Amino acid sequence: MNELLSAPWSAVAVPLCGALLLAVGGPRFVRAGRWVAVLGPLWVALVGAAHLTAASGESVAGSVAWLRAGGAVLTVGYSLDALAAIMLVVVGAVAAMVMVFSVGYMGEVSGLARYFAVLSAFTAAMSGLVIADGLLTLFVAWELVGVCSYLLIGFWFTKPAAADAAMKAFLVTRLGDVGILVAMGLVWWRVGDLRYSAVLGAADTLGPALGAVCIALLVGAAGKSAQFPLHIWLPDAMEGPTPVSALIHAATMVAAGVFLLARFWPLFESSPAAMTGALWVGVLTATGAAIAAVSQRDIKKVLAYSTISQLGYMFAALGVGAWVAAVFHLVTHAAFKALLFLGSGSIIHATGTQDLHGMGGLRRAMPATAATWVVGAAALAGVPGLSGFFSKDEILHEVLLHAPLAGAMLTAAAFLTAFYVSRMTLLAFAGEPRSGVRAHEGPPSMTIPLVFLAIPSLLAGVSGHWIALQLGEKAKGVDPGTAVLSTLVVAAGAVAGWVVYRRGPAGDATLRGVTKGLWGASESAFGFDRAIRERVARPVAAFASWLYERVDRRVVDRAVEAVARGARSAGAALSDIANGDLQGYAALMGAGLVLLLALALRAG
Amino acid sequence: MLLSATIATPLAGSLLVLAIGRLRSADAVRWAALTAAVLSALQAVRVAFGIGTGGLSEAVGVHGARFWHLAADGLSAPLVVLTGLLAVVAVLASWRLDSAPHFALLLGLTAAVQAVFLAADLIAFYVAWEAVLIPMYFLIGVWGHEDRRRAAMKFFVYTFSGSVLMLAGILLLMAETRSATFEAAFAAGLSPAAQSLVFWLLAAGFLVKVPVFPLHTWLPDAHVEAPTAGSVLLAGVLLKLGPYALLRVGLQAAPEAFEAARPALAVLGVIGVVYGAAMAFAQSDLKRLVAYSSIAHMGFVMLAVAAGTPLGIAGALIGMVSHGFVAALLFLLVGSLYDRTGTRDTARLGGLGARWPAWATAFIFAALASAGLPGLSGFPGEFVAIVEGFAAFGWLAAAAAAGAFLGAAYNLRAVRRVCHGEAAEPGLVAEIPVLRGHEVAAIAILAAGIVAVGLWPGLVSGAGSAAMESLASTWAVGP
Repeated sequence: MNELLSAPWSAVAVPLCGALLLAVGGPRFVRAGRWVAVLGPLWVALVGAAHLTAASGESVAGSVAWLRAGGAVLTVGYSLDALAAIMLVVVGAVAAMVMVFSVGYMGEVSGLARYFAVLSAFTAAMSGLVIADGLLTLFVAWELVGVCSYLLIGFWFTKPAAADAAMKAFLVTRLGDVGILVAMGLVWWRVGDLRYSAVLGAADTLGPALGAVCIALLVGAAGKSAQFPLHIWLPDAMEGPTPVSALIHAATMVAAGVFLLARFWPLFESSPAAMTGALWVGVLTATGAAIAAVSQRDIKKVLAYSTISQLGYMFAALGVGAWVAAVFHLVTHAAFKALLFLGSGSIIHATGTQDLHGMGGLRRAMPATAATWVVGAAALAGVPGLSGFFSKDEILHEVLLHAPLAGAMLTAAAFLTAFYVSRMTLLAFAGEPRSGVRAHEGPPSMTIPLVFLAIPSLLAGVSGHWIALQLGEKAKGVDPGTAVLSTLVVAAGAVAGWVVYRRGPAGDATLRGVTKGLWGASESAFGFDRAIRERVARPVAAFASWLYERVDRRVVDRAVEAVARGARSAGAALSDIANGDLQGYAALMGAGLVLLLALALRAG
Repeated sequence: MLLSATIATPLAGSLLVLAIGRLRSADAVRWAALTAAVLSALQAVRVAFGIGTGGLSEAVGVHGARFWHLAADGLSAPLVVLTGLLAVVAVLASWRLDSAPHFALLLGLTAAVQAVFLAADLIAFYVAWEAVLIPMYFLIGVWGHEDRRRAAMKFFVYTFSGSVLMLAGILLLMAETRSATFEAAFAAGLSPAAQSLVFWLLAAGFLVKVPVFPLHTWLPDAHVEAPTAGSVLLAGVLLKLGPYALLRVGLQAAPEAFEAARPALAVLGVIGVVYGAAMAFAQSDLKRLVAYSSIAHMGFVMLAVAAGTPLGIAGALIGMVSHGFVAALLFLLVGSLYDRTGTRDTARLGGLGARWPAWATAFIFAALASAGLPGLSGFPGEFVAIVEGFAAFGWLAAAAAAGAFLGAAYNLRAVRRVCHGEAAEPGLVAEIPVLRGHEVAAIAILAAGIVAVGLWPGLVSGAGSAAMESLASTWAVGP
């Protein structure tokens, strides 16, 4: 047992076995056996925790040759260090809570075996992603988490919106993945080895390609982490079952981009272009998505834009060199955003609606959900003392220090965050019920995960020092000036939210009147998604059709046929070639053969 | 005699099936064909084990005059095994046909393809190369769909024109080197001027077979009209003849010309990747879509061939074997669907995930493999083509990396239109159909291949390390 715990590959193997068991067992097995799905993630968290508490603290690595030819060897393998171990704990803990929650939330829907099998497979792939020892292994896992995400967003695949969302999510992230393929190509070209151990110290060998590698990785990270302009897939991904949104599209997979850049920190910090890119992509995304989150009526859409926005904070942190703060925020965000998503799942389960205007008064019907929600909401808003406060402050402090304009924008985004958090909370839980449905708290399998996730949302702020130490950096601690500033901003945002929304959904109309066009821009997220669809996706598809009809069929094909016709009319001998006379062909082949034999005999 | 037997087994099976056809028992014919195909596949596997880490060779002749040289090494053995397996799949795909000549042609085609892969002299190579055309012509022209005769003729004229040029190249090569065996002809060497003429004459025949842009338009027409088994073998093995011949004959006969041609070959490969994917994206006929996707996949293979390093050649080989499995599976599934619904039009399909889950699961699996998902066979070949492409040609390979996105685009859109959403015509699939035993067997063989190669690509290229190093050292300046 202990030996297996210290074998990092088991963090992939155990949930993978669970996935296979559930897939093979099928519908009959899953009824009793869905609890198997909880064991895999628990094991993942244990492996991470065991490494972090081990005395040595040295990384454990192993690899096998995947493909070799000539002198070249491509390997796949694992390397468990502190960063990977922290990620394993996050992935395992959140996944375990999501599995338990799913037992109650999903009930007895058809396709349950598929659901738990793919979710287990996702856990395995995500573990593989974080313990990968190089770009090749990372990319394999990176694509596999992507395909699990695809299959789960499209869980209700007969619903056109879900099917479209699944495809969009995979394709937009895959567009980012072209960046990772390019980065791998450049690294293979210049360094000849894709393992971190060789790449991360190779800034000099890469030379002028270094900047290109870092920017290519940034593109890949932006796709996975839903950063502008590749963020458009994440709001649609909310078509998936809500526990899936909690695990994949809030806590773990979407954080993989941040993880990737943190992993490549030693290279990344030598590329000012990539750093600046990350900073501004992050700041624009954080601010823009916070604006979009304000007006959404679908509770999951608010959370989706909020996730995009918070990931933007992490990118901004990476952009000013505060990679430890980015990882810290990744950890706290995983806890409180998973909590909020599961809380929204609890609400949707109880009321059957995702529309904030159709909720209201849930604090009485659902006290456990309400209490834990408030913890998650306060952590997201950055209320002092809660986890989000510490991690977001570290980012704000660093960005204000290095890029004041960017810092000011992030501070404005923090105000908006507190505002939309208070809007969402008041609309769902305050006032009187606005629908006829009698809401009720879900089974314990749904409430217990909420409580378990509320604990780190409340307390994980204290882990900042420890995370920094684990990652081998100096702990920064809270900067008093920033703390005061952000506390005032959060208070202002929350109070503003209360003022506007204490009387319920009418606040939306009031704000729409006050803000004029801005409200519409917020509702449509600046119309960006639609613009991409109409100005980019459709023309490209139309171009492909045009190319086929007009060029491939009419020009290329006919040109070749014309050449054949020309040849046919050019001479009697050639006309035989195309007249369908098989004896003629046989004769021609025979003649060729005789010629060949004659030559062969001459050659002796 | 192992190599001769690998060719003789399907050939004998072909004749035997024709003879059994006289009994007028459909069952006897199909079981005889299956037995012959399985025995051929076993022979092929024996070849793969037989080569060890080196190779096998034999010469057939009478009274000391050897006129038929055969050889197998790490480059040919995986393709020989692929051909053997796909022969079994092709027989299974034709299971419900009551036609002895059809099965006989499948086995005859198998024999001809094996002969190309095993040929070790120029005459045997040419004879086998041309022999491939005849059974394929009849398979399309007789058992194809509505416009079969035109498509068969187009296929024939195109590739035959290519092989006329190839024949000229072979004649020139033999005349210059005064040798007929590969070994002697390659060892003799050509003058630089002759090299480039010989290389491009040969390449004309090879590149039509791949096919590369703009010589590709025969392929979609041939596939759309071909019967399922014809498409399986056409995409699965016939397209592999081009890159194989380029490595086996073109590179070795004219190494300096190959070196000079590498950038051109790489550009052709990248054009294939992007153009093939764009064309596949524009299709609403599933068969035409898979046909164009073949052009994209073979583009990756061409890029890897052009890189010309041992790893590049390994990647090309893996890409070829992968495409053999994946395209065969897709054509098989589209054929099964057409049998039930009478349509391949994505606009008329939809919702099969609910209406025919077994089929939809297999289709999504195949589409993901085609899109290059890691863990399945499509990934290693593409990946190697991209990274080796970067190492050899720099940023040109970025276009191939973009092809990885395009591959996902047309494949997932096909899944979206066919498997997901609601049925466009609910009456089309009224009751959930059952995959028949022979279909399940064929799918199982291909799926096992796709997973095995995806997880462990060394399975394909492992034995060939020596062959790849020697190929690469032919053109590259040795250490």
